Amino acid sequence: MAFVKKAPFISVLALSALLVLISFLSGPSKAFSADTPSSPVISSQTHDAGVTAAQAAYPPAPKLKAEDYPKVKGLNPRLTVWMAAQMHLWFAAFVLAVPIFVFIFEAIGMAKKDRRYDSTAYEFMRVSMVAYSITAITGGLLLLSLIVFYPDLMKYLASIFGPTMILYALIFFAETGVLYTYYYGWHALDRGARKWAHLFLGFLLNLSGTALMFIANAWVTFMMTPAGVDIRGAFDGNVWHAVHNHLWSPMNLHRFIANIAYGGSIVGAYAAYKFLSSNTDEDRAHYDWMGYAANFVAIGALLPLPFAGYWLTAEIYAYSQQMGINLMGGVFAWLFIVQAVLIGALFLAANYYLWCGLSRSEGGRRYTKYIKYIAFALTVSFLVWFTPHTLVLKPSEAQALGGQYHPYLGPLGLMPAKNTAVNIMLLFTYLSFLLYRRSNRIAISSWAIYGKATQAAIFVSAIANIVYLGVYYGYFTNTVYKVASSVPQVVTTLFVIVSCSLIEAAIYRRSEEAGPYRWGRMPERSQYALFLIAVTFTWLMGLMGFVRSAIRQHWHVYSVMRDASPDAFTPTIGYAARVVSVGTIIFMAIVIFIFWVSNLSGRRPHGGGRAG
Amino acid sequence: MKIPKPLQFIIVVLVVYGLLKAPGLLLGKPIPQSVIFMYMLFVVIAVLLVMTATDESTEELFAPVRALVEDPSKRLIRNVVFIILPLTAGYIAYGFTKTGGGQAGLRSVHPAPPLEMRAYGKAFDLSTLVNPLRRLEKEDPAEFKRNVEEGGAVYFRNCFFCHGDKLDGIGHYAHALTPPPLPFKGRDTIAQLSESYLFWRIVKGGVGLPQEAGPAESSMPAWEEDLREDEVWKVITFLYDYTGNRPRPLGR
Repeated sequence: MAFVKKAPFISVLALSALLVLISFLSGPSKAFSADTPSSPVISSQTHDAGVTAAQAAYPPAPKLKAEDYPKVKGLNPRLTVWMAAQMHLWFAAFVLAVPIFVFIFEAIGMAKKDRRYDSTAYEFMRVSMVAYSITAITGGLLLLSLIVFYPDLMKYLASIFGPTMILYALIFFAETGVLYTYYYGWHALDRGARKWAHLFLGFLLNLSGTALMFIANAWVTFMMTPAGVDIRGAFDGNVWHAVHNHLWSPMNLHRFIANIAYGGSIVGAYAAYKFLSSNTDEDRAHYDWMGYAANFVAIGALLPLPFAGYWLTAEIYAYSQQMGINLMGGVFAWLFIVQAVLIGALFLAANYYLWCGLSRSEGGRRYTKYIKYIAFALTVSFLVWFTPHTLVLKPSEAQALGGQYHPYLGPLGLMPAKNTAVNIMLLFTYLSFLLYRRSNRIAISSWAIYGKATQAAIFVSAIANIVYLGVYYGYFTNTVYKVASSVPQVVTTLFVIVSCSLIEAAIYRRSEEAGPYRWGRMPERSQYALFLIAVTFTWLMGLMGFVRSAIRQHWHVYSVMRDASPDAFTPTIGYAARVVSVGTIIFMAIVIFIFWVSNLSGRRPHGGGRAG
Repeated sequence: MKIPKPLQFIIVVLVVYGLLKAPGLLLGKPIPQSVIFMYMLFVVIAVLLVMTATDESTEELFAPVRALVEDPSKRLIRNVVFIILPLTAGYIAYGFTKTGGGQAGLRSVHPAPPLEMRAYGKAFDLSTLVNPLRRLEKEDPAEFKRNVEEGGAVYFRNCFFCHGDKLDGIGHYAHALTPPPLPFKGRDTIAQLSESYLFWRIVKGGVGLPQEAGPAESSMPAWEEDLREDEVWKVITFLYDYTGNRPRPLGR
């Protein structure tokens, strides 16, 4: 475990480099002196109009030429930055996500007095330590490549965000300190009040990690929806204006929820890897349980994610019609179809894992007959979910259809159909979970039958309501209602999940065991569903991250600072998909290396059953 | 009689495939091959998932395959299957790559508009541009109605040859154009767009599409030389009024 032991040194080294680079970037913005050419003509709506006295102190964004971009033989600037950014983002998501997962597990372990949660949480902090170092290294690489290839952009951003960059570095230092205290103090702070102090450290770790993400999000979202600058790109002097730009809040929410889901999926993949390589029944049982619990966290966080994504996308459209149409109606729409396919695959994999889980208990056999009906509903919804609006047509097909849209499939390509489909997929995934939870129990309350009937009534009514909202408001009213109807659809889904869970808890308060869960009695093929979920999440993050970034098109900072480099063109979908796919393979290979190296120190500590 | 699992699998897949081919065979409106391929891929995956959810079901599904590969008495049928399988795969691959009927194309029907455009001797900011006639809808309905009628006259003098007298995209010249003109009826074209977007597309047409909007072919002429600015706005109000659609508000 020499690598893990060296982690603090590597992190501090990377951080020192970061601070030196920030100090370089935050220097006087001489580059934007009076001889800087004026900025391009842009929309006045998207920026705070007028030049105040404060703005007079800041020069406008520079207007660059191709020769302003340094060249390094053998390296493509865009590809280099792209890969460095993507790797850093994946690892950053990893090290932000795992502490959230660990914190949740430690808290549950304390509440339920179940040591399995605690040992799993500790095991995962050990894995996270190696990833933390790699995150710092890839972050340094990203910063270096940005400064080498896009120095003027970095100077411009630093002239606005300099104070936040210093804050970022300081929080990074604090996070590093908390992280090592949290990890190395795990066993020392294991009992009584000390355990509470340890949990608080976990909270601080997550707080600092989330703060870092929010700060970095401000830089990224400023590049998409700049605020705090005038139409020439001149800063108004108030950092908060630039930070609190149009997309900052939706991006923060989306990434925060996604990180929880991502953390669960990575832990699930780790559990599957360990399950498949286990030699003892005890290890199989432990990693089967870990996989189940991690998958529960991943899918639980996945449920609200489409709605956070919907908010983010709606805000992009609200900010700029151009970006919105490019995103959802233009060429990038095809990556949304790929996204839909991958998300559908996630749902199928998660459900398959639950269906296989019915074999853990003898009582699960009662519910296997329902699998085909759930699968039917999921598949039909899935097909609607990824049906494209603008079709890829052969000329003969286009001629037969008389246009780019299909007369019967066309309506399925619009958002109301997608929103309806995804809500139904969520509900049936919840139903799979509900059946799994019932598999080892038999309700004995006299009113259980009425409770289940109520659940069924709620479920059927909710689906009818979701379909009605989607069809009526989606196709028979104007666009404003069409967009707005997605909200009551989501509320309906959430209502079902909350109300049916409460009724379920009441029904099974008095129950008999139909057969205990036999952890480890899980077919090996089910573990590949966990791998699929982790890889799919990673791939999705890469693809949709590209889309989000690429809709800026030929702008470094949208409508303020133009990209004049030779790479200022939108790559083809195929090229982008290849870059992201290769990145995914490299990342997953490193993750497997991390799994392996973090296990070199010996076997996992066996928590062993419940604490007293 | 219980149908064996492998046969169930084949029946389900074939039935779904038949349903997907039906609109093309029976109604002349084929579901594109690209969509059928995606649908069938996930239908096959879903059926496999259902049939492998339990150990017993998995065993029943794959028992014939295992017997085919391992049972020495099935040598003849094994050889036949091993010849048919690659030939079938080759035929399917051939179907995807043959050039007859043309290659499938990807096109952005609604390309992204620029931030700004110049026409009629001035600049228009498309992110803030609104139809100047729209306010009359509430302030002076009679005047608004007159503008809609004038817009209708403009439409039937200039647009209906391609977009059709029912605004369904099937005008006299429509069949000669590739890509064909868009319909305005229904909820999936102009109902999704703001009026500033329509203004841009009418004034600048296909020749005015920005490079970064591609791949976006268009047969639309640029009307800025033939229609006045007020005529363009009038025809836009007519399009929405006639089809019962409402324009998408800016920023929504």
